[in-house]
Amino acid sequence: MKRKKQKPKEVATRRESLTRRDFLKGASVAVSGGLLITEAQAAASPPGPEAVAGPGPVPITLKVNGKPHKLNLEPRVTLLDALRLRLDLTGAKRVCDRGVCGACTVIMDGKPVYACNLLAIQAEGHDIVTVEGLSHGDELHPVMAAFIEHDAQQCGFCTPGFVVACKAFLDKHPNPTLQEIERGLGGNLCRCGTYAGIRPAVLEAAKSMKGGKAHA
Amino acid sequence: MPKCKYDWPEAGERKLIGKRIGRVDGPAKTSGKAKYTYDINLPGMLYGKILRSPYAHCKITTLDTSAAESMPGVKAVRKIQDVGAEIQWAGDEIVAVAAESPDMARDALDKIKIEFEQLPHLVHEEDLSKVGDHGKTAGGEKAGDPDKAFSDPDVVISEGYYGIATITHCCLESHGSVAEWTGPDTLKTYFSTQNVSGIPGEVGEALRQAGIDVKNNNIETICQYIGGGFGSKFGADRWGIENARLAKLAGKPVKLLLERDMDLEVAGARPSSYAKIKVAAKKDGTIVAWQSDSWGTGGPAGTGMPPLPYVFTGIPNKVTRHTSVSTNTGPARAWRAPNHPQAAVLTMGALEDLAAKLNMDPLEFFSKNADLVGDRAEVYRQELSKAAELIDWKKNWHPPGQSTSGSVKRGLGISLHTWGGRGHNSNCNVNIHPDGSVEVNLGSQDLGTGTRTVITIVAAETLGLPLEAIELNIGDTKYPASGASGGSTTVGGVSASTRRGCVDALDQLFAAVAPSLGVPAEELVAVGGKIQAKADSSKSLTWKQACAKLGVKTIQATGKNPGPCKLGDSGVGGVEIADVSVDTETGIVKINKMVCVQDCGLIIDLKTAESQCYGALIMGITYALFEQKVMDEATGRMLNPNMEFYKLAGIGDIGELVVHMMTGPGYDERGTIGLGEPPVISPGAAISNAVANALGVRVPTLPITPEKVLAALEKGGVA
Repeated sequence: MKRKKQKPKEVATRRESLTRRDFLKGASVAVSGGLLITEAQAAASPPGPEAVAGPGPVPITLKVNGKPHKLNLEPRVTLLDALRLRLDLTGAKRVCDRGVCGACTVIMDGKPVYACNLLAIQAEGHDIVTVEGLSHGDELHPVMAAFIEHDAQQCGFCTPGFVVACKAFLDKHPNPTLQEIERGLGGNLCRCGTYAGIRPAVLEAAKSMKGGKAHA
Repeated sequence: MPKCKYDWPEAGERKLIGKRIGRVDGPAKTSGKAKYTYDINLPGMLYGKILRSPYAHCKITTLDTSAAESMPGVKAVRKIQDVGAEIQWAGDEIVAVAAESPDMARDALDKIKIEFEQLPHLVHEEDLSKVGDHGKTAGGEKAGDPDKAFSDPDVVISEGYYGIATITHCCLESHGSVAEWTGPDTLKTYFSTQNVSGIPGEVGEALRQAGIDVKNNNIETICQYIGGGFGSKFGADRWGIENARLAKLAGKPVKLLLERDMDLEVAGARPSSYAKIKVAAKKDGTIVAWQSDSWGTGGPAGTGMPPLPYVFTGIPNKVTRHTSVSTNTGPARAWRAPNHPQAAVLTMGALEDLAAKLNMDPLEFFSKNADLVGDRAEVYRQELSKAAELIDWKKNWHPPGQSTSGSVKRGLGISLHTWGGRGHNSNCNVNIHPDGSVEVNLGSQDLGTGTRTVITIVAAETLGLPLEAIELNIGDTKYPASGASGGSTTVGGVSASTRRGCVDALDQLFAAVAPSLGVPAEELVAVGGKIQAKADSSKSLTWKQACAKLGVKTIQATGKNPGPCKLGDSGVGGVEIADVSVDTETGIVKINKMVCVQDCGLIIDLKTAESQCYGALIMGITYALFEQKVMDEATGRMLNPNMEFYKLAGIGDIGELVVHMMTGPGYDERGTIGLGEPPVISPGAAISNAVANALGVRVPTLPITPEKVLAALEKGGVA
């Protein structure tokens, strides 16, 4: 039976006749919604046969929550699968698996991205922060504390994605209005219906985060 | 009359029960540390995937898995169905494989050679004239003399067509399990399940039938966190059984959670419901007659009749007829308040249309007919009145289609609902250790409703301790069996078993410390972290000092539900009102505000109870406006098995939400009653009524999409 091909697979299949530079440019187009890799970044990779990756596992280093992790991964492996299956960082969840629901949100170089929509090799050389990187032992991030206070979670499966998206949103919008919150967090979906708690939680987190001053 | 021993504390004595308390697993969930089934990673673990039928109705004619079996990294291949098997819905399981990575497993599926003979299928049921012999008469009732009542020249009659499409559960954590054989005949299974205690029996039975000798008590099931269930995760499911078999065959643990498309296509469906309804009332608004011809599908097995007429069961003359339509679609599963949201959409729509025909304000109409709901009429009247106050009905309601000028029309709509919610069977083991630590153990599960929090509150309240003093263990079959979490039965079950267990454990502690305090055991109380004499608080021991008197003996007690003293009840009501704006040029419906007024007896945690209601309103907005399992006539497949086209409401789609819980005298003494289902019943009906009120014409079926709004306006109404 023919199965619909996944985007990462198409990328991996096309790779063989391409240089790494071409591949990265192609990947950045194929993975719509993910972080675009700039010309400059692509050009920084040396061209040549030694840079051609795959289809078998290739060595890469992922910098996650400040720590480098050396991994051997097939180029088709998504950042999400690498985090969840190889690094056991399971806070980012696999839900829609195609860049719609936001449950896999992580922060890459300060921007929220869908980890299901990026290949792990695209994340090499970038700073990745996952939900696990936002708390330290029992010390919770202000967004987490606000989510608990306003009961902005039920089953909790979308919650880490929301927490990470909120953190990234508040970094850019320290004094958000409710309208801005509804727009800024529109890329994350919840099934239990916790938005009623998330709205006041984000306003409160804005207040408690440094420099934040919320107004409805 | 002496107070029954296990009774809930009186209002004035409650330190924790009924307060707004944050959920105890909030830190684990928000920080990403909570481990769901999908998050379990075991050493050497393989990944399972399933080859499924691409056709809605077919026979397998050839099947060859040899190429898949010989692929490197593929460790187990199992034919679930073989040549000759007739398949009744697209997505049915055919072959399961386990491989070293998810991608390898997917590659293996591509190597399976399979051919089918396609057979005729039916995937649409809304047009009953086209279902042929797939439609079967399935019940109906008659009371009074409806023919006579409808022919009375003094009655006003309203006739209409109403319906609600099949939707899926769309749990964010898909269905599935991780299976690990820890010995030749011992199995450890992590399941995303609403029924931890029930899984080993089901898995054990299926494995024994397959010739794998394993005793139920050698199967452990674990579910610490579950990413949504909503009624779709009671059973082990065929893929859960197959996963255990793959793990056995491969000799390694296997993780098999469904892909999103298949979770939507085969692992969740709420039956559709459509009806032609005729209702009659006297000119003063008293409802006298009901007639409904309903139909719907729940997949191959069809579906039963929703409870019609809904809530207003006392309509004196009524006749109902139902047709069950079997279709080649994924089988139905219980969906929060099975059959009730459908019944509400059909009934409340028909009744508000009748009120419109009578030129009556529906609030007045529903209040006037409240006696038809039975012995809780007064509660409904109070709830109607409270809901009306919260939505400012008097100021904001207008007769149908008489909104202000302009292309955006505003409307209000009401719905009423009911549910049972009696506590299920539950066993709770309570241990008080000599070092003062307290363990509470139940084989229950927390679906995100707040079960952990509720149990902890009950235990802490009963033992006079802070929440942090309770170590709660759930989600594992090594703890005493507790019922499945469905039908709003959990809070009643676990709170009662925990209360009884803690009271009995405390009795033992009182007996142990009575001699040293010089006070009879029956005159001791546990309060504020102390054991003290009721009459003389100077005679006291701290909790730690008291437990130290146990020497080396741990107190053990088991509380059960059902059991002595009335700790819970059944039967709740609620009223919801929607305030919407409808753009008559685009057909887009926007929620301005929703109000939920709900009773559920004694509330243990007001915060998580309110969250249930907020969540229910949002889930209701979603199914009212966006959700539908769209089936393709030509291929028999679901057209939107993904989250970009199977739409859930986002944070900007919900408007202002107001929740009011009915509490205090008249409610608290009923004890605990479940809340998971009731508030999700009415939103669809209330929104449908609000849209009809805005437009002056009914959009007959849910979801109320822009296309349907514009089609309805073609037939009449304001535009």
